[in-house]
Amino acid sequence: MSKKADVSPSVLANRRNPVLLYFYHMIVIIELETIKMMKDPTEILSRSLQPVIWLLLFGEAFSRMKAVPEAGGDYLAFLTPGILAQSITFVSIFNGLSIIWERDMGLLQKILTTPIERSALVLGKMLASTVRSLCQLTVVLSLSFCLGIHLQWSIGRVFGLLGFVVLGSAFFSGLSMVIAAIVKTRDRMMGIGQLVTMPLFFASSALYPVSIMPGWLQFVAKANPMSYLVDGLRGLLLDPVYAHGFLDALVLLAATLVIWALATRQYPRLLT
Amino acid sequence: MEPMIEVRDLCKRFKDVQAVQNVSFDVKAGECFALLGPNGAGKSTTIKILITLLSADSGEAKINSFSIKTAPYRIRESIGYVPQSLSVDGALTGRENLMIFGKLYGLSGAELKERVPQILEMMDLTDSANRPVAHYSGGMIRRLEIGQSILHHPAVVFLDEPTVGLDPIARNTLWGHIRDLRKQYGMTLLLTTHYMEEAEVLCDRIAIMNRGRIEVMGTLNELRKKAKMPKASMDQLFVHFVGPSESGEQGGLANVKKSRRIAQRLG
Ligand SMILES: Nc1ncnc2c1ncn2[C@@H]1O[C@H](COP(=O)(O)OP(=O)(O)OP(=O)(O)O)[C@@H](O)[C@H]1O
Ligand SMILES: [Mg+2]
Repeated sequence: MSKKADVSPSVLANRRNPVLLYFYHMIVIIELETIKMMKDPTEILSRSLQPVIWLLLFGEAFSRMKAVPEAGGDYLAFLTPGILAQSITFVSIFNGLSIIWERDMGLLQKILTTPIERSALVLGKMLASTVRSLCQLTVVLSLSFCLGIHLQWSIGRVFGLLGFVVLGSAFFSGLSMVIAAIVKTRDRMMGIGQLVTMPLFFASSALYPVSIMPGWLQFVAKANPMSYLVDGLRGLLLDPVYAHGFLDALVLLAATLVIWALATRQYPRLLT
Repeated sequence: MEPMIEVRDLCKRFKDVQAVQNVSFDVKAGECFALLGPNGAGKSTTIKILITLLSADSGEAKINSFSIKTAPYRIRESIGYVPQSLSVDGALTGRENLMIFGKLYGLSGAELKERVPQILEMMDLTDSANRPVAHYSGGMIRRLEIGQSILHHPAVVFLDEPTVGLDPIARNTLWGHIRDLRKQYGMTLLLTTHYMEEAEVLCDRIAIMNRGRIEVMGTLNELRKKAKMPKASMDQLFVHFVGPSESGEQGGLANVKKSRRIAQRLG
């Protein structure tokens, strides 16, 4: 008996609710990335060593120099949110690498011939890198606890932290997708990835307060989304009052939305 | 009845190559249509335009009566695609690869749970379903990819060199699977191949492309008539229509790399 080749009933059911299908697709992409991550935990583990090294080696040594009096005497505490922001940026910026890899594998092409909206694919990818960043968050917080660094704690602050981590990693992985669509090859992506993250890192308040920078660098730091991530994390972890949290979050959210739109537009260029 | 695939004057140019030039053809519902042609003839490019991966410079095409220009999203719901180069995720198991694509095609719940084992069974992959695909043989990977492409029971399946790099036994097995598919679901197939026998065995009609154009099109017997070679094999017909000096001249390094990569890809 031959069945009629037709669109499945459930595909039809989904078509009636495109919003649901949109989120379903986005979650599938996150699922795919997470499964892959779990299969090769060495990558996550080695990445999470990075903030440990920064805090233990650089932080411990540098804090003795008392070079940053603005940090209020506890440089390690000052540094912790900076290093957290840095490690989020670093794990996210290499998201573009995996996209180029998937393009080379032919997997991307095949995904793009399924009925997934481009923007849902991009958003899924951006949010998937959140999973990696949450590992970094866990590592940095556990370490600072072990080192006896004094941090502010409350339920609200934890949710705030999660929010900033999600926004920060979504922004930087979106940025890396835009870069990937422009540079198109893995080798160039490796180089450019490094090239982009370094200035972002040094032109932010991750290692030192903005106030000690020369005027032009302060200007760059103001335009640098990483500053808002650092500022947000630092406010939540250290500042007992932290009044301008909404502003930081808003700037980061706006930047993320812009990069999402940009990545959705640029992404198909990877194919040509 | 409207044809399932309708292509009119399709053109596509890359910087210095006219990859597809005024290509027109129809494929009826349930038919199997083969695109033959030497390396670089424009077969894959034609397919990529039809499956909405590339946009055409000019011309029009309809799949399942949806236009590539105005309804690419509808087309994606109606098609399955097996790319020329391998495209599964080596880190995932066969089952995971199927699950993910089933979901991308919009399947969920009980239906998805039912389809995946069905497809595994149909493609003889049930025993290796839980092994990472990186350990699969070339034939198994191809069967998995075909399985992925038909999870949602598409109206049309595009197979770009489905048997490239397979040994004769694996190739024969795959042919059997493709025939079963047609019998069971009545799907419309468009495939490209460099194996003349494959087109002869599987397909109802054949088009021969060269330098972006379709040189000739028809059933095997019609091609023989056009060539005035009533006893000719498909091989002879191919040489007759393409010309003996053409083969392999247009692909270039990129193409050779592409097809060679397949063997080492997943390791
Ligand atoms: N993305 C691209 N950029 C530039 N040129 C391209 C691109 N894709 C294909 N081409 C060129 O277009 C022509 C047609 O390529 P296509 O891949 O369609 O050939 P094909 O018939 O599938 O060949 P093969 O049998 O080797 O797979 C070739 O000359 C190829 O080099
Ligand atoms: Mg090809």
